[in-house]
Amino acid sequence: MPAVRGDGMRGLAVFISDIRNCKSKEAEIKRINKELANIRSKFKGDKTLDGYQKKKYVCKLLFIFLLGHDIDFGHMEAVNLLSSNKYSEKQIGYLFISVLVNTNSDLIKLIIQSIKNDLQSRNPIHVNLALQCIANIGSKDMAEAFGTEIPKLLVSGDTMDVVKQSAALCLLRLFRKSPEIIPGGEWTSRIIHLLNDPHMGVVTAATSLIDALVKKNPDEYKGCVTLAVARLSRIVTASYTDLQDYTYYFVPAPWLSVKLLRLLQNYTPPSEEPGVRGRLSECLETIFNKAQEPPKSKKVQHSNAKNAVLFEAISLIIHNDSEPNLLVRACNQLGQFLSNRETNLRYLALESMCHLATSEFSHEAVKKHQEVVILSMKMEKDVSVRQQAVDLLYAMCDKTNAEEIVQEMLAYLETADYSIREEMVLKVAILAEKYATDFTWYVDVILNLIRIAGDYVSEEVWYRVIQIVINREEVQGYAAKTVFEALQAPTCHENMVKVGGYILGEFGNLIAGDTRSSPLVQFELLHSKYHLCSAATRALLLSTYIKLVNLFPEIKNRVQEVFRADSNLRSADVELQQRASEYLQLSIVASSDVLATVLEEMPAFPERESSILAVLKKKKPGRIPDDVRESKSPQPNITPAPVINNIANTNSSSADLLGLSTPPGTNAPTGNGLLDVLGDLYTTPKISPTTVQQNNIKKFLFKNNGVLFENDLIQIGVKSEYRQNLGRIGLFYGNKTQSPIQNVRPELHWNDLHKLNVQMKPMEPVLEAGAQIQQMLTAECIEDFLDSPSMSVSFLYNNVPQKISMKLPLTLNKFFEPTEMNGESFFARWKNLGGEQQRAQKIFKAQGSIDLTATRTKLAGFGMQLLDGIDPNPDNFVCAGIVHTRVQQVGCLMRLEPNKQAQMFRLTVRSSKETVSQEICNLLADQF
Amino acid sequence: MMQFMLLFSRQGKLRLQKWYVAHPDKLKKKITRELITTVLARKPKMCSFLEWKDVKVVYKRYASLYFCCAMEQEDNELLTLELIHRYVELLDKYFGSVCELDIIFNFEKAYFILDELVLGGELQETSKKNVLKAIAAQDLLQEDEAVDGALREVGLL
Repeated sequence: MPAVRGDGMRGLAVFISDIRNCKSKEAEIKRINKELANIRSKFKGDKTLDGYQKKKYVCKLLFIFLLGHDIDFGHMEAVNLLSSNKYSEKQIGYLFISVLVNTNSDLIKLIIQSIKNDLQSRNPIHVNLALQCIANIGSKDMAEAFGTEIPKLLVSGDTMDVVKQSAALCLLRLFRKSPEIIPGGEWTSRIIHLLNDPHMGVVTAATSLIDALVKKNPDEYKGCVTLAVARLSRIVTASYTDLQDYTYYFVPAPWLSVKLLRLLQNYTPPSEEPGVRGRLSECLETIFNKAQEPPKSKKVQHSNAKNAVLFEAISLIIHNDSEPNLLVRACNQLGQFLSNRETNLRYLALESMCHLATSEFSHEAVKKHQEVVILSMKMEKDVSVRQQAVDLLYAMCDKTNAEEIVQEMLAYLETADYSIREEMVLKVAILAEKYATDFTWYVDVILNLIRIAGDYVSEEVWYRVIQIVINREEVQGYAAKTVFEALQAPTCHENMVKVGGYILGEFGNLIAGDTRSSPLVQFELLHSKYHLCSAATRALLLSTYIKLVNLFPEIKNRVQEVFRADSNLRSADVELQQRASEYLQLSIVASSDVLATVLEEMPAFPERESSILAVLKKKKPGRIPDDVRESKSPQPNITPAPVINNIANTNSSSADLLGLSTPPGTNAPTGNGLLDVLGDLYTTPKISPTTVQQNNIKKFLFKNNGVLFENDLIQIGVKSEYRQNLGRIGLFYGNKTQSPIQNVRPELHWNDLHKLNVQMKPMEPVLEAGAQIQQMLTAECIEDFLDSPSMSVSFLYNNVPQKISMKLPLTLNKFFEPTEMNGESFFARWKNLGGEQQRAQKIFKAQGSIDLTATRTKLAGFGMQLLDGIDPNPDNFVCAGIVHTRVQQVGCLMRLEPNKQAQMFRLTVRSSKETVSQEICNLLADQF
Repeated sequence: MMQFMLLFSRQGKLRLQKWYVAHPDKLKKKITRELITTVLARKPKMCSFLEWKDVKVVYKRYASLYFCCAMEQEDNELLTLELIHRYVELLDKYFGSVCELDIIFNFEKAYFILDELVLGGELQETSKKNVLKAIAAQDLLQEDEAVDGALREVGLL
């Protein structure tokens, strides 16, 4: 047993030794349970424990907690220790609290009182203990309790340096919890001037605080720029002996330097004051110069600290993006790191260069390192470094090097790690599309992608190649020929069969003149893959076959034979069976004219931004440059439209497939398949423009996607996603008729924009027959609101004006964040929120007979966290969540108690805000 | 800002955990378990940084102990590595060639030293001398109290 420092606790050391000597997990648990029972009985016993004993037991509990066991008692004893007059006991009490006490504990009031007492202490060590506790676990309650005191402590002349340091970080913590606690006015300059403090430790702590304040209110704290530059300048020009203990392995104050450089990244370069700007440039130059000096020490700590400052300086240069020579210099410096022997440096250099590649000043300089980066992608031992190399190649790609980069990425894909393949496939697909000058190259690349990494080619990728081939006449013949060749391979990926099936179905005629790819050969080639494919692919192939019948009447009999085969006509798969029988009938009944009309060539897809890009952005938010070199490379024909995903499909997966094989065109109303086409051909469509189907808004309380409105003319679907207090709602207008719908004008009716700000993006006024278009809405919840916005859509159909109106599915519960908590904290909060103003309750009759599973499913979609095993009655549901609004977050608890005999529900909602409780209660009432 | 710091052994035993963000215990346990597995699976020559969920993990192994910090995206990786090193230096100075056992038996001290270095997830004091001075002052207070206690016990006070 090693020596124990300070005033050791022998009992604790013995206990730890015991645990370490346990031979098995069981023995350890047994020993711990024994100890827990012992401590429990001591705490409950009649004999009052002295401070030392309490401290010892609390420490044992802490140790048990560290081993990974739950501790559910001892909190009160720890709080008692806080008021001990012995420092060592107090310290252990604070430690227990900062490690184990939940900020919402019942004990918080007691803790706050103890902290208050210690803050008054004349002994700075006691004051610091209290401050550290606040800095570690500070909550809103604490912000309220100490919001006035701590700023004073921070700027007062009497405060000792060590206390100031803690006070600065303590205030930072409280500010993060409740931003309003920072006093403005004269305080601002006093806080900023901490940057001039002679004590480096104080400046270090204060810089973190100022950084956070600046992020919230950049204008008010603008004065800090000059001071920060001055301070930075003094550090970087200092010799390493000047700063004594703040020099780290010969690097003067690296932490403070980095913090100052970060702070400056909150502002644009200081242009109003040329002096400051010049001084900053000098600092950055000096940092570069020092990087070139021979190292003062061989220790890795020296080079790490030096390079940390260098990387941060480069971040600032990239952020400012205004000094071409610095940007290029940064790029050269990073280029040196690319072949450094430290993996860490190579990793960071690749990452940093990725940002440099997006600046127009340094893009070309980055491209010089292409060879090395490609080598990194291939040779690095660590996959995370290879990943950075791939990211950089993607970022540095432009028209001039696209072919080479894509080629290298394709080659690497054959051996790439599984973990990065899918993303690489997306990147290759995007680059190939974006920089294609010749679309035959694009087709080759995508088909290669499918060949090399078929499993990783997502639907979006092969949808996209089809969209592009359909839209570009010049490439159609080439595409048909190439897929035909690719399909010759004895084994080819199912995705290849899909693409091949689709393209030959549309453009097989373009290569049918060659006897080697005559209609029958094409058909037999496709059909030879049929039996190896999944149902979805087979369904697609069946559509291809009927298209081939239209293109080549001579193979009709052979195709009919296939439709008639038992495995299709009597397939167990209902989709296949339906297609086989319908297509068979179509080929028998329809005249060649009808067939030609029904199976007319696909109309061009509306131009849209690649849906693949959206997928990539979703996979790696924040790490993908928004647009790959958008600004400088002329667009190769493709005009990006707003981000639109593939036609949003709320239908089943087989319908999705139909969505592709029969894209918006004259021949298929949304999703209903061929029967309707025929129906429409033979009967006069009955359209009753006035019938308005009820839009049942309440069902959207529990889900985010679905059909919002539908009548005979139009269908409006909705898809939405929410994050914190923000929401994105996509509305999908589908024209169900055979004629265009014109002058489509959606209008929002909502007066409470100051509570819920809803913005509608403009949309196309014309909805072509059978087409679907998307409109995006964004919503920001500013404070809690009632009800939900309505909107109306007016349009002309056959020159008759129509108007429909509906509610948007935007209700307060959409801004919930589910919150996990245990029974103890749930009921503690529940009790805390018992006030008249905080509760809302309703009792209502069940809609049908009470179905607990259905209720559970509904609640799960409501947005709150369903908490199981908390309510003593297992039939009751309890939920917790936080409503995010811009001005505040409102914690909210809910309990739903079914009464099976009476067929009634009792619903109780409690939250810290009356209006929220009321509204959540109103929304949920009568819904079960 | 640092979100949390974990110390664990090569066998995957957690030795110290410090959280600067409030998570429910269940989530903390899950994160700890997953992160330990991830880090232990990495080979020695690999990069010390990894993108993991929404945090940036910086880790370094000292003898049998891994020190592992979860940082936010904009934090400086190399300096985090040196922050770990500074902490190790402090432990080493305080315990005199620190080993894993010192941290097991004196985990509370390891916490107190960390609190002087990092507060609320932000670096507070980088000077080794100043941190050790603060800890020494704490120890002195404790010892005085201990002496007081002993004197009281034998009836001398």
